[in-house]
Amino acid sequence: MRSGLILGLALLACVAVAPVARAEEAETCQVPASLLSTESSLPKVADAVRSGRPLEILVVGSRSSTIPGSQDAAYPARLQAALKDKLPGATVNVSVEIVPKQTAEEAAGGFVKLLEAKRPTLVVWQTGTVDAMRSTDPDDFRAAVGNGVTALQNAGADVVLMNLQYSPRTETMISGSPYLDNIRAVAQEHDIPLFDRFSIMRQWSEQGDFDLYSAVHGTDLAKRVHDCIGRALSGFIFDAAHLGPAQQN
Amino acid sequence: MASVVDRVTGLPVPAAAEAPARDAAAVANSRSIALPAVGERELRLDLFRGLALWLIFIDHLPPSLLTWLTIRNYGFSDATEIFIFISGYTAAFVYGRALLESGFIVATARILRRAWQIYVAHVFLFTIFLAEISYVATSFENPLYSEEMGIMDFLKQPDVTIVQALLLRFRPVNMDVLPLYIVLMLSLPLILVLMRWRADVTLALSVLLYAVTWEYDLSFSAYPNGVWMFNPLAWQLLFVFGAWCALGGAQRMSRILSSNITLWVCIVYLIAAFFVTLTWYVPQLGHVLPRWIEQWMYPIDKTDLDVLRFAHFLALAAITVRFLPRHWPGLKSPWLKPMILCGQHSLEIFCLGVFLAFAGHFILAEGAGGAALHALISICGIVIMSCVAWLISWYKHSADKSAKKGARGNADLAGGG
Repeated sequence: MRSGLILGLALLACVAVAPVARAEEAETCQVPASLLSTESSLPKVADAVRSGRPLEILVVGSRSSTIPGSQDAAYPARLQAALKDKLPGATVNVSVEIVPKQTAEEAAGGFVKLLEAKRPTLVVWQTGTVDAMRSTDPDDFRAAVGNGVTALQNAGADVVLMNLQYSPRTETMISGSPYLDNIRAVAQEHDIPLFDRFSIMRQWSEQGDFDLYSAVHGTDLAKRVHDCIGRALSGFIFDAAHLGPAQQN
Repeated sequence: MASVVDRVTGLPVPAAAEAPARDAAAVANSRSIALPAVGERELRLDLFRGLALWLIFIDHLPPSLLTWLTIRNYGFSDATEIFIFISGYTAAFVYGRALLESGFIVATARILRRAWQIYVAHVFLFTIFLAEISYVATSFENPLYSEEMGIMDFLKQPDVTIVQALLLRFRPVNMDVLPLYIVLMLSLPLILVLMRWRADVTLALSVLLYAVTWEYDLSFSAYPNGVWMFNPLAWQLLFVFGAWCALGGAQRMSRILSSNITLWVCIVYLIAAFFVTLTWYVPQLGHVLPRWIEQWMYPIDKTDLDVLRFAHFLALAAITVRFLPRHWPGLKSPWLKPMILCGQHSLEIFCLGVFLAFAGHFILAEGAGGAALHALISICGIVIMSCVAWLISWYKHSADKSAKKGARGNADLAGGG
């Protein structure tokens, strides 16, 4: 039933995107329902949409939340487009706060100030990559993510955590698993949705949607992957905030 | 007896004939440690160390269907615990005997020689790793991964990196076990001397060090930042516990081990651990777990050998010892032979496994993945490991035969070498 909904939404998104983009850019990139369902909810997003207030989303992250030189094709922009399609009539603004090479601890330290300035309804916090590359102590990392989430919640925002990219070529060099585990643990502990970017991208790699092993110089592959992430994330947020068709009108 | 073991394991049992007299004397005046009779090679140890090596190899490859066969998906502990425990057990068994028979200096010299071998193996693996990532760094480019490729930045200053690697402070992914093993081996002379004095006190000291490590957050620092993936100050507990079991502790515990209460405690704990693990893969189940348990339990720390992991290993070990008797005929079946052979040459096979995992990654990357290729690589790796283990056994056996039972040590028992 839920998978049917997602399928429907995905198709809808394809149809909506098709006139703008070239037809072959609309990837299949199916995601199994289990990777997109969550028991945690986003009450503030739901409130904002129901009461007709603008939906302000802030994406906080490192360089994997953008594509060098093509910010408009990165997943935050694609998320905004997909949400606008799903919520016709609602105002959706996605802004980004991307600081390369910033660890979770450094990011969390700036949250109070950041949220005073922006006042978002929802913060999507993409983290873990920099910490994994620097092999931060996993305990410290977990504490930092926990503190960051608490700071965001205290500032009145809903939070979605996003984990690392699936990067098969660097798997022997970057040990992601302690960070993946700890992000999951924090999400469980704070009862917030975790967008499992790692598993989703691995799924795409296994299904053959994308060849993530390939060496490419252009940004085409990155754009297509980010488009799919943006759409999957929009479906995930939509579902976590229980914005089913019944609630929309 | 000795000849049977000899034939089965393909390994020499040195000085078996003249040992008993000296042995008896040594054991009589050695206060608190007791060594099992010479020549009784514990095939169960070889079997499970072989299993641990296979599982470590599979865990080092990217996840696939086979990964679901590894024990870390069914509880807290994984193959590393098995490996370190058995290493402690066999090292104490072999070098403990050397200590009683030849004295502290000789035993220490042999232990240092062993540690040196492990160090050289580690450096060899590092060289292979360096070759692999230099290749990736120069040939792979993808804007999607511009952030992740930053990991190659250390190649810009090889002077520092290589020296740090030789100091064991810079360690690539999946190369954390051997440095841990080296540090544990270096501390073995001290452990053995203490064990000879009072085995139980030594174990208590080890527990104390473990507790202090947790309390004060002690660790080994790594380069460029962070700490050792396996903290030797915590993991020594498993190693010392293995040594304690080898030097008579297991016998003293036999009543506890055969009690039904222990059995049920273990079973209940393993089931509970399994359920918790399940909540990681089926997040919908997470809400069944009460919040206070989550807060008390997480994180289950691998770096510092979380007590839940240690307990999980103990439960697994207790159940294994109970249901798999020492003289279980299956241990001699040809089906388990490959695993036992791998366990008997653990250092060589461990290094080979790390190398094969590198190679497997490489083939998967160049061959564009695929589940079938993936499964094939895993199975080929295990077959190669078994064949090489057999080859080493055969070589040692024939070399020893021609050496006509020289005065060579039985370091083989500690993992071949």
